[in-house]
Amino acid sequence: MDWGMILNNTLAGFLTPATIAFALAALGLAMHFGFAGLLNFGIAGFMAIGGYGYAISVLTFGFPWWAGMLMGILGSVIFALILGIPTLRLRGDYLAIATIAAAEIARLLFLTTAFTDVTGSADGLFGFNTRPDGSGFQNANPIPPGTYGFGPFTYNEQTLWVLIFGLGVLAVAVWLLWALMRSPWGRVIKGIREDEEAIRSLGKNVFAYKLQALVIGGVFGALGGIVYTAAQNISPGVYVTSFTFFVWTALLLGGAATIFGPVIGAVIFWVIQAFLSNLLPALSLSGVLPVSTTQASTLRFVLVGIGLMLLVIYRPQGIFGDKRELTFVR
Amino acid sequence: MSERVVEVKDLVAGYLPGVNILNGTNFHADKGELIGIIGPNGAGKSTLLKAIFGLVKVREGSITLNGESIVGLKPNALVSKGVGFIPQTNNVFPSLTIEENLQMGIFQQPENYKERLDFVVSIFEELGKRLKQRAGSLSGGERQMVAMSRALMMDPTVLLLDEPSAGLSPVRQDEAFLRVSDINKAGVTCIMVEQNARRCLQIADRGYVLDQGKDAVVGTGRELLNDPQVVGLYLGTLGS
Amino acid sequence: MSDNKTPQKSTGLHIGTPAPGCKKKDPILVADNIKKSFGGLTAVDVAHLEIPKNAITALIGPNGAGKTTLFNLLTGFDTADTGEWHLMGNSLAGVPSFKVAKMGQVRTFQLTKALGLLTVMDNMKLGAKDQGGESIFKALLPGTWRKQDNEIGEKAMELLKRFKLDAKKDDFAASLSGGQRKLLEMARALMTDPTLVMLDEPMAGVNPALTQSLLDHVLDLKQQGMTVLFVEHDMHMVRHIADWVVVMAEGQVVAEGPADTVMKEQAVIDAYLGAHQDTDLGVVTGRIDIIDEGGAK
Repeated sequence: MDWGMILNNTLAGFLTPATIAFALAALGLAMHFGFAGLLNFGIAGFMAIGGYGYAISVLTFGFPWWAGMLMGILGSVIFALILGIPTLRLRGDYLAIATIAAAEIARLLFLTTAFTDVTGSADGLFGFNTRPDGSGFQNANPIPPGTYGFGPFTYNEQTLWVLIFGLGVLAVAVWLLWALMRSPWGRVIKGIREDEEAIRSLGKNVFAYKLQALVIGGVFGALGGIVYTAAQNISPGVYVTSFTFFVWTALLLGGAATIFGPVIGAVIFWVIQAFLSNLLPALSLSGVLPVSTTQASTLRFVLVGIGLMLLVIYRPQGIFGDKRELTFVR
Repeated sequence: MSERVVEVKDLVAGYLPGVNILNGTNFHADKGELIGIIGPNGAGKSTLLKAIFGLVKVREGSITLNGESIVGLKPNALVSKGVGFIPQTNNVFPSLTIEENLQMGIFQQPENYKERLDFVVSIFEELGKRLKQRAGSLSGGERQMVAMSRALMMDPTVLLLDEPSAGLSPVRQDEAFLRVSDINKAGVTCIMVEQNARRCLQIADRGYVLDQGKDAVVGTGRELLNDPQVVGLYLGTLGS
Repeated sequence: MSDNKTPQKSTGLHIGTPAPGCKKKDPILVADNIKKSFGGLTAVDVAHLEIPKNAITALIGPNGAGKTTLFNLLTGFDTADTGEWHLMGNSLAGVPSFKVAKMGQVRTFQLTKALGLLTVMDNMKLGAKDQGGESIFKALLPGTWRKQDNEIGEKAMELLKRFKLDAKKDDFAASLSGGQRKLLEMARALMTDPTLVMLDEPMAGVNPALTQSLLDHVLDLKQQGMTVLFVEHDMHMVRHIADWVVVMAEGQVVAEGPADTVMKEQAVIDAYLGAHQDTDLGVVTGRIDIIDEGGAK
């Protein structure tokens, strides 16, 4: 058992593009569920639209990288509107069902061979971060080629660029969420989470507020998808429903109705993921676990599932959450 | 010397950890008495009732029923021991008919159903005519009647009532109080928590005024009704 | 103990003889032909109703009479099958509930909707109208709403002091007792500077000794030029402060008039007040004799 390697890979999980993307998605879910009380079980769909919106704009329409990213964001806004306008007047459980369906529809549209010219279907898309005409994301990388960092935190200039960009986007997102939630707008949102009728009786247009929250959270999700995609390629197989539930786990772990909770939760989740995906195969190889290495690798999903259940039962407010503030905690 | 049916000594209880609603309450009910419990909001009236019925955890103190301790017993055990409880809200099953609600009341002893149904219908004639009606379509006062009947199905010796007049119109409130009085005259020891303090004390044998989790004033119903301090602090002068 | 100052009742509110649907000299709300049925059961069937301005009107009646349903219809929380009603000339039929609230007609609920997961102060601030900071774009620029928010906070403190809730301003509303939550809901409704305040059973669950101060607050509303329409079962309260009483039964208005006359009508007594309204139940049940005969049973 190479503990050194296991430790190294685990620590690396603290800061990867995937971690940052996860944190952004968790922030989006915090806005949806933690603050506005909207049950969104389709956050993976928002991420997919963000990522594909970016990639397709660049590959098929020749947009420069920043315009492509804006298209990804625009796509998520439209997605949120299509989703929200019919369903936000319904009870929360119906929104939940609608979001699962919508995310799956999005993924299947990206998977189908009918649009393979644009979406790449099952193979996904690649080659959009570095463009021959110099308009790609990596073309804009100011960092000279080389290796940077130390120990487990070693990156080449491409990954470092993604990390810097991602952290910047994350910082802006965190600030945005914080600024919104401490404002009167945030107050109305928290009121809606608890009792819509009471808020209506005070003269506020509840439907409009819920739609705004859905759009903003969706944009955060899309940004997560964009950062994830800016690091490598994009494929529909990533944005499956279980991915949504990983984001939920990260959110609940950190604290659903807090600002830093989702970020911390995402980091912890990713680190544990990294740890388990290194440890379990190693245990299987060394004979401690009587399963094959592939089985050991999938075992971590079982453990994540159990962890989520324990979390919801014993500490639904997560690490930073305040029990008194949460509608779903009795 | 009358038999002591329910005795509560130095009771401490609450809902949230670290926060006590009852801070050392003392209370007793003798056989056949009608006891009224009044007091300001948050004083612990409903909490006392729920603690007796096993719905709230007892942190310190004792509760005995006919001499034996019932602390820690679950409500269904207490029902078997002859204690009935009528909650203030959500006191009927709205999707079930009146008849089915009554059947739920005698769930533990289905063999006595027919006999108890006849008894209950003799007190609440109106119910007898509408047994097949869905409880959800009843008004507040009618649901109150069903809730009381359901509790009576088990032939309880002690009946705990949580604000039986709440939300009812004046005539229905008076009916509710008269019913409780009738049930009590039939031999059931009744302990009722009430917000309509005046009416409650008019029919009570003895009353307890709870304040901040303690029994602040104790006396017969008449004594409390006429006590100027009780009137000023708890009954309000509007009714005079 | 403060003595109950008998409030000055407004008189001469009506035109003609007091009867169901009678016209008022200065109506703030005029409703015509409002009907609502729930699956075959007619919940509300009001031919004509006028609520007098700057007066306190009580809406009484047995449970299931349609009082809360009428409230819901008038404030847009439920849609009527037919009917028209106007608030100071503005038609409200079909207007969604939040717009009705913005137009100055505010309501409280039978089951208190104090937002337990927010602090008392946040509850109060939510009540204020026209808050710039509630718009999503302005929310990001505290400079645009900070000053207004502070002013709202001051107004809230004044109201909280009046309702004796100022000490609790930073506590979560869930930690308040039932009666305090009622007070909070009322105070919060007043933050909207309404013209018509509709209170649905404001005294329900409130300790009788607290009722007096609540009544003073309702009287204050009239002093400040607002109109009050409230549903209540507490007849002492109704007699004490209501200028006008409307009696509903089985969805219809069956009587209207000043409190004293209406409450003496036989139909009202039979259906609603009960014959024992002013008698001691101890006498009615025969218990007083028993007790006089020597101690507890």
